[in-house]
Amino acid sequence: MGTTFGLGELGFLIQGLKWTVLLAAIAFVGGGIGGLGVALARVSTSKPLRRITGGYIALFQGTPLLMQLFVIYYGLGLMGLMLPAWVAVAIAFTLHASAFLGEIWRGAIEALPKGQFEAARALGLHYVPRMRDVILPQALRIALPATIGFLVQLIKGTSLAAIVGFIELARAGQIVSNQTYAPLLVFTVVGALYFALCWPLSLYGSRIEGRIARATAR
Amino acid sequence: MGYTLDFSVVIDALPSLLWGCLATIGLAQSGMSLALVIGVAGVVARGSNQRWLRGLVIGFVELIRNTPFLVQIFFLFFALPHIGLTLNPTVTAILALGLNGGAYAIEIIRGGVQSIDKGQIEAGLALGLHKGQVFRMIVLKPALRAIYPSLTGQFIMLTLTSSICSAIAAYELTSVAQRIESDTFRSFEVYFTITGLYLAISWLMMTGFSVFSRRYFNYPTR
Repeated sequence: MGTTFGLGELGFLIQGLKWTVLLAAIAFVGGGIGGLGVALARVSTSKPLRRITGGYIALFQGTPLLMQLFVIYYGLGLMGLMLPAWVAVAIAFTLHASAFLGEIWRGAIEALPKGQFEAARALGLHYVPRMRDVILPQALRIALPATIGFLVQLIKGTSLAAIVGFIELARAGQIVSNQTYAPLLVFTVVGALYFALCWPLSLYGSRIEGRIARATAR
Repeated sequence: MGYTLDFSVVIDALPSLLWGCLATIGLAQSGMSLALVIGVAGVVARGSNQRWLRGLVIGFVELIRNTPFLVQIFFLFFALPHIGLTLNPTVTAILALGLNGGAYAIEIIRGGVQSIDKGQIEAGLALGLHKGQVFRMIVLKPALRAIYPSLTGQFIMLTLTSSICSAIAAYELTSVAQRIESDTFRSFEVYFTITGLYLAISWLMMTGFSVFSRRYFNYPTR
């Protein structure tokens, strides 16, 4: 029969939280690398490259994250790749994050004054130093609030891994709730854990947003 | 490697999938309507001089925006019956979508209200417009135009989010797909197809919204 909600159950939820953080971290780092590539391709001079990455972004922004998880999860299986569930899920979230971060950073790059590109080129800087030393540092600064906003979305999004059976915080909550028959308490704790993770990030994001707004208003 | 893709089961199930699309649109529509009501009420309450009311709205917005939708809908569906409030899955789904969308709508609408310049209202009154005209032409329409892109974007987001309502077996496209999947074991084919259907829905919405915006909000800003 059911158990009561005790330290053991709380520990199980914390274990789930650990996987949530890990999954979000992998997806954010992977998506950061992928997103950088997507953003650079979106502002490149090659039309096919812009088209392909534009389609990639439209695809991921126009479909539910849950469907992306399902299709990639089952699709990898069909390709004969016998991956552990968490790897498949991490790949799906990485692809998802690449599309969204790519779009955010593209917007930031295009928001920079044209003079920055022209001046860098006039100084004789080639593509790599121009991007690395002039364009990207400024663009990433503008994009920081939106990037943090997306990180919060990503952390919340990892809860959908629960539906494909991966045991992170939301799934752990479901399991404990079924064991203890105390959904009210369990989902309150689960919600509080997510909140504790996301809220400081949200606050930090809006603080930098305010700072950037003040800096550009001057 | 003996797996061959077989979309015939999906083609057979196409009528029920299209009904699922309609159900998804209906669910999102109901959720968005509730969200707009919450949004407007929230903005009014946010501007009240009662401190506790303002705090309540801020707390609601922060709580919803910093927890996953899946946990919110689980809370409503599994926890509320324990305090004597049992709702069927579809009603729970609408409520969850409405509350979630409402929190974002509050922030969006608040931005729109703040974007109205007081001087414009005074100018309108000075030109001899009466209050109703000032509200309609100087406050409402520009405010609607200012929030229109974010609000319709939020509507599309909510439509995509509604797929999560399948977790409590509310009737919509994803849960229809899950039923077909468990009957046929053609997971990839089924989900691949409905991903396409979702893409079509969001594309149609986006096109519709931009056509409307071009017709209705097509006047110079300054």
